[in-house]
Amino acid sequence: MQNSASPFKLAIVGFGAVGQGVARVVQNVPQLEVVAIADSKGVALTPNLADVLARKRAGKSIANSNLTALDVIRTVDHDVLVEVTPTNIDDGEPGLTHFREALKNKRNVVTSNKGPLVAAFGELTQLARAQGVGLRYEATVGGAMPIINLIRDTLAGTEVLGIRGVLNGTCNYILTRMAEEALEYDQVLSEAQDMGIAEADPTYDVAGIDTACKVVILANAFFNRDAIFADVSVTGIEQITQDALQLARQRGFEVKLIGDVQELTVAPKLIPLGHPLNVSGTLNAASILTDTAGEITVAGKGAGSIETASAILSDVLNLMRARDKSSCNVEIVF
Amino acid sequence: MRISMDLELQDRPGQLIHVLTPVSDLGGNVLSIVHHHDKKTFRNTVPVYVIFDIEEHKLEELQEGLEKNGVTIVRIGKMRLRARAHVLLIGHIIHTDLRQTIDKIDGTGFAEVQDLSLSMPAIDGPSSAIVTIMATGEEELNTAIALLKDIAERKDLLVIVPIGESELSGGQHNAE
Repeated sequence: MQNSASPFKLAIVGFGAVGQGVARVVQNVPQLEVVAIADSKGVALTPNLADVLARKRAGKSIANSNLTALDVIRTVDHDVLVEVTPTNIDDGEPGLTHFREALKNKRNVVTSNKGPLVAAFGELTQLARAQGVGLRYEATVGGAMPIINLIRDTLAGTEVLGIRGVLNGTCNYILTRMAEEALEYDQVLSEAQDMGIAEADPTYDVAGIDTACKVVILANAFFNRDAIFADVSVTGIEQITQDALQLARQRGFEVKLIGDVQELTVAPKLIPLGHPLNVSGTLNAASILTDTAGEITVAGKGAGSIETASAILSDVLNLMRARDKSSCNVEIVF
Repeated sequence: MRISMDLELQDRPGQLIHVLTPVSDLGGNVLSIVHHHDKKTFRNTVPVYVIFDIEEHKLEELQEGLEKNGVTIVRIGKMRLRARAHVLLIGHIIHTDLRQTIDKIDGTGFAEVQDLSLSMPAIDGPSSAIVTIMATGEEELNTAIALLKDIAERKDLLVIVPIGESELSGGQHNAE
């Protein structure tokens, strides 16, 4: 049994915007130690974080070993795998294999990667339970906006009756700009691409796929659905015209892309101007309907390197506290 | 059709049956009865307020039946359209038969299209419209929205409906 003073060891797999954000935020937490970082080209063991961040920024390789990401997961001692490779909704790979190997090796997993959770939620949560380790994924929904841990921890004891929200910052940015500046969809999309808010191929966001993945994760986490992507009825925002947004505004409404977890739907909806889900720009918002606490609405930054890293850090610290608490308990018993 | 009636009954036991039997015999469905025993009229009758659903063409026959039973009809009112919602439509709206869609909603008896604004930026481009539907109640409104959604989707239009009220806050409609 580790004593509570020992560092909590992290392996970071995936070193894009989110992975780099994680490396930056863990620098400020002395109890956390990054033992390895893997990107698509190689692995840095016992990395100096400032050094690997600088190398990555300069476009240089971070590798200082011949190991692969899977070798790290299997053989390098660590408490938690921070899996932040890009989301692949087709088969969840390579993340899914990383998750499975980490859980089999009794490592906690913290992630922002929706792919494995959309592909195999039931299998992964069962595996984690059987192995006695944690699988935490606050960063997969709403970026920095707390929702999963909010429901699981803070709202513990309430029954969640429904969750719906604005869960994609790219769509929300496009709809906000179209409505406020009276611009057409294509023009705002190009602008969002220039600003790095939308991808070169924007389909994943604008067709509602990303929102649908988040709906699947929340449905599985809180409604025991064992849902997959194909179960969600999805309508995106590509057909929305500027005229339609103006007509809606004249009557006191905005149009937002809403994911409804209980209904398993993603569709643009009319939202009254004063409604709590009516957030603008790249913000995300979610309303949680509960039996005893009524309706609770949260809003926050849904994307961004540091913002997403903040959600990952919160999951990592929660796991570390759980470990420290259980080792304390052991000490008291003996 | 939903009807409300102010009636007056003799202040004797067993009078309510004279109201209920004609409604029920004509296939009507009583939704609410308020019996104002405390507000007896100077004619020594008791005011009763009743709401029911009945087919419109049977209303006259119902009136005769009530009067024959000695029930005084003070006022007959068709229920007001209390609930309202807007629905956005985007696509080739003009090429589809919009009139037919409106008629279907108006034909329900509990909902009607009250307003429609259309915007057509280009001949070949998609147009946008916002339809205002009114209905006798929230449930009827949702039925009418579902009907519009169904018709419009079959015509390949994008339909944007209002975000529903959450169950707990149900009953308090948008104050508009």
